[in-house]
Amino acid sequence: MADAENALSLLVTLAVAVIALAFPFVASGYHIYQGAQVLIFAIAMLGLNLLTGFNGQISLGHGAFFAIGCYGAAILMTKFGLPYWAAIPAASAVCFVAGFLFGFPALRFGGLYLALATFALAVAAPQILSYTGFDAITGGSQGITLAKPQAPIGLKLTSDQWLYLVCLASGAALYWAARNLARGRIGRALIAIRDQPIAAETMGVNAALYKTTCFGVSALYAGVAGGLSAIAVGFVSPESFGLSLSLAFLVGIVVGGLASLGGVLFGALFIEFVPNIADQLSVNFGESAKALPGAIYGALLILVMAAMPTGVAGGARAATNAVMRWLASSRPIEVANDGGADVAAKYEGKGESP
Amino acid sequence: MGEFLHQLASGVALGGVYAIMALALVMIYQATQLINFAQGEMAMFSTYFAWKLIDLGEPYWLAFFATVLVSFIGGVVIERLIVRPFANAPVLASVIVFIGLSLIFNALAGWLYGYSVQSFDSPFTGKPWFGAGYMSAHESGSIVVTLAVLALVYAFFRFTPLGLAMRAAAQNPVSSRLVGVRVGWMLAIGWGLAAAIGSIAGMMAAPIVYLDPNMMGGVLLYAFAGAVLGGIDNPFGAAVGGFAVGVLGNLIGAYLVGDEVKLSVALAIIIAVLVWRPSGLFGRRLVARV
Amino acid sequence: MINRRIFLQSSAAAAALAASAGTARADDTPGITDTEIKIGNTMPYSGPASAYGVIGRTEAAYFKMINEQGGVNGRKINYISLDDAYSPPKTVEQVRRLVEDEKVAFLFQTLGTPPNLAIRPYCNANKVPQLFVSTGASTFADPEHFPWTIGFNPNYQTEARIYGKHILATKPDGKIAVLYQNDGFGKDYLIGLKDALGADHAGMIVKEASYETSEPTVDSQVVTLQGSGADVLLIAATPKFAAQAIRKSADLGWNGVRYVTNVSVSVTTVLKPAGLDKSKGLITAYYGKDPTDPRWNDDPGMKEWAAFVGKYMSPTELKDANATYAFGAAATMIQVLKQCGNDLSRESVMKQAANLKDLELPLLLPGMKINTSPTNFSPIRQMQLASFDGASWQLFGELLMG
Repeated sequence: MADAENALSLLVTLAVAVIALAFPFVASGYHIYQGAQVLIFAIAMLGLNLLTGFNGQISLGHGAFFAIGCYGAAILMTKFGLPYWAAIPAASAVCFVAGFLFGFPALRFGGLYLALATFALAVAAPQILSYTGFDAITGGSQGITLAKPQAPIGLKLTSDQWLYLVCLASGAALYWAARNLARGRIGRALIAIRDQPIAAETMGVNAALYKTTCFGVSALYAGVAGGLSAIAVGFVSPESFGLSLSLAFLVGIVVGGLASLGGVLFGALFIEFVPNIADQLSVNFGESAKALPGAIYGALLILVMAAMPTGVAGGARAATNAVMRWLASSRPIEVANDGGADVAAKYEGKGESP
Repeated sequence: MGEFLHQLASGVALGGVYAIMALALVMIYQATQLINFAQGEMAMFSTYFAWKLIDLGEPYWLAFFATVLVSFIGGVVIERLIVRPFANAPVLASVIVFIGLSLIFNALAGWLYGYSVQSFDSPFTGKPWFGAGYMSAHESGSIVVTLAVLALVYAFFRFTPLGLAMRAAAQNPVSSRLVGVRVGWMLAIGWGLAAAIGSIAGMMAAPIVYLDPNMMGGVLLYAFAGAVLGGIDNPFGAAVGGFAVGVLGNLIGAYLVGDEVKLSVALAIIIAVLVWRPSGLFGRRLVARV
Repeated sequence: MINRRIFLQSSAAAAALAASAGTARADDTPGITDTEIKIGNTMPYSGPASAYGVIGRTEAAYFKMINEQGGVNGRKINYISLDDAYSPPKTVEQVRRLVEDEKVAFLFQTLGTPPNLAIRPYCNANKVPQLFVSTGASTFADPEHFPWTIGFNPNYQTEARIYGKHILATKPDGKIAVLYQNDGFGKDYLIGLKDALGADHAGMIVKEASYETSEPTVDSQVVTLQGSGADVLLIAATPKFAAQAIRKSADLGWNGVRYVTNVSVSVTTVLKPAGLDKSKGLITAYYGKDPTDPRWNDDPGMKEWAAFVGKYMSPTELKDANATYAFGAAATMIQVLKQCGNDLSRESVMKQAANLKDLELPLLLPGMKINTSPTNFSPIRQMQLASFDGASWQLFGELLMG
């Protein structure tokens, strides 16, 4: 059964890869831009999922690291004339250091206190970015406008297609890295620290180092996403990085499935498209439905969580398990219930990725 | 000196609101170890309810107690209908549900009542009971209300059988169930109490900050910080934390770093305090069980 | 009838009109047919800035009214307004959807300084008119660099300069304190004020204090400002915070001169919550009639507004200053379309938007006119000082040009 599951997972991965690669050549410019946004969100959520899903450290402030990546890349490009392919890695490195350093005080805190500390980060980010003293480099509340990068000469691609492919390549590489990280010794250590911190330390796992490094890596992912966002949108300003961005990332990883690296894609699709759907739905509520997109989005959020408390990944796994068992034993379909409970227990216990 | 006293007085008055809100957060935290991010928006919605009653000509105190009662019922209903189904889901699923709830309340209020600022009556008029010259009548009255709520919460948990049952259910659900406490209902009542206390925070805040759908966003942030600073497992500590944050915010902005970055600095100080005392100023130190 | 998309209602009459109105030009422009003009817009219908959503709704209602009256030159307006939650990346996405998928002819009243900054390069590169942007930042009146972007609001810096000049004229040795929102809106007032005072009088500003919109109150800031010994206070704050500042400064017994931005002068939604007696003596630079000020009760423009709200909107919006603002903006848009006649190409729409001559709007102050030209992309430039007497605003002095 494990073989079948692996084969299925490979198949799904391949299918996703093919669709993702073909997408920019069949879709129109505006949809390609949306695709790039989805990939950018997914990259940031990969990082957050490593931290929260695998290592159990909650962050309500990843928008701040996203902001550092975004501003870092924009400043390096406009003030120092770096090309984007150099500016983004450099800005991400800054994010790694910032995340790593932030990981130290975070070591002292468990759950709630970490939530407050990172919450503080999310609240402080726009304030610090618009601080008058930094206006000369950050552009203050006017922000920074960037030119969109063009495809290298010789490649017959539009700027949108090129940007999308850059995001896709970055996303694929980072996904591959995260997958290897999560499946290997390091991943096991991270999970052990999440579930059995004291036992893990007794076994010789250097929890402090793992946790701070995990924070750094997670911030690096957010930084790459931020840098890509800067060139994809062509504009950065403090207003883009409010608390709602950090919360959107959190919503995304929970909807996609905690500790599921593939699930982030669903999470990213959710936070990119569901607000638009809510906006479209609100017109059905009559003339005065001006404020309703927010309420509809909130309601959809609760409904999705009610349908799939362990996220899309958990729901999908429950469904495949049920089908597999049904195929194996040809028993009636009611085992689906067992499958769900089984997955929930499995998730709580091991937090394995699909 | 006069200016300093003004800063102090306005900090204490606002701190009182944070303190009540922090108490509401503690109610739910004690039972479920979760912070209800929708608490602020729920309180805002309750305040609109009170406003509507007063607008219809009801006397203030009738509107006040009716709102507290309706909020209590609303809290219980929300727990039973929306929060309960997630009791066995991962913790973060509940957090997402709270985020969803806060979006819903915020947007609904905007839809029903519009976004214009509304003035909200204060029951305290005329001369302030204390701090004359530095405080308005409402500010002094709201501090008294804060202390009264704190005393009531304390008495409730200390002296009533229901309070005892709730504490038991929070601390040891399994044993409580064995001795006949209906743990599920205790959670629902916890939500009801939180909503009721939150509505008082809203009604005390509204005359100071004015009523609008976004009125409680900032208040919740400070209340959260205050609760954590004081120790979130301890109602008394959380309330003290609320007051402390109110005063701290004002003094930092006025005398230390200026207003532009005062929020960031205030939060940084709170985090520094937590590094020093990880379970808050008055919190119980938790010992991990191996 | 669906709210934000005003769909074309086909009828024999419309078809007949279309037959006579059609021209060759119209066919090449996206969003323009013989029977329809497609207009795009983004608004924060969700998120922290959703208070402004009423602007988009008012405009939709206004265009619905125009359509019911037969449209413009036989063409009905299809106004597509999308939610961007005040987030610039989302604005870019929605604007690209409007332009590339919905194929709107042009954009109108996209809201907010950062969202408009984010889409400006795109609009100018693709030559899509970005008309009458809904923000008072001065940067949007820059025809030389951005010929496809035109502003609408009187800009904040101009307004602050008017206060600066008035302070110099009436209180040359005053000590000024400024309360401002910590973003582009608030900082523009600081810039404008300093500009008007000039280097010689820069020292007049004795204290500045900012606030974040996430803060519950500005009481502490007002105490700080009063403590500086200033005798002039400039309040550059949005309605809620302005009301708090007006009340607190009065409670402190501060008897300096108080100037308040015209964003926050509504009698019902700002001054009444602050306390009408506590608002006495406030000074502002006025440009639109305040629907909550009793002095306009018999004004024909205001009656037109009330009739419009009665028919197309909900009563709560009657007093909303954002809604009256949108009413004027939509009327201006219609004027541009009328001037275009049958040449609705993007070039022509842009040309006519920059060719408004002495347009009077029902809710602008009497005598105030909208003018634009290829070198002037600031439609509303006139303002008049007014002071509050405890019941309504009293205009004084003459119309001032920014």
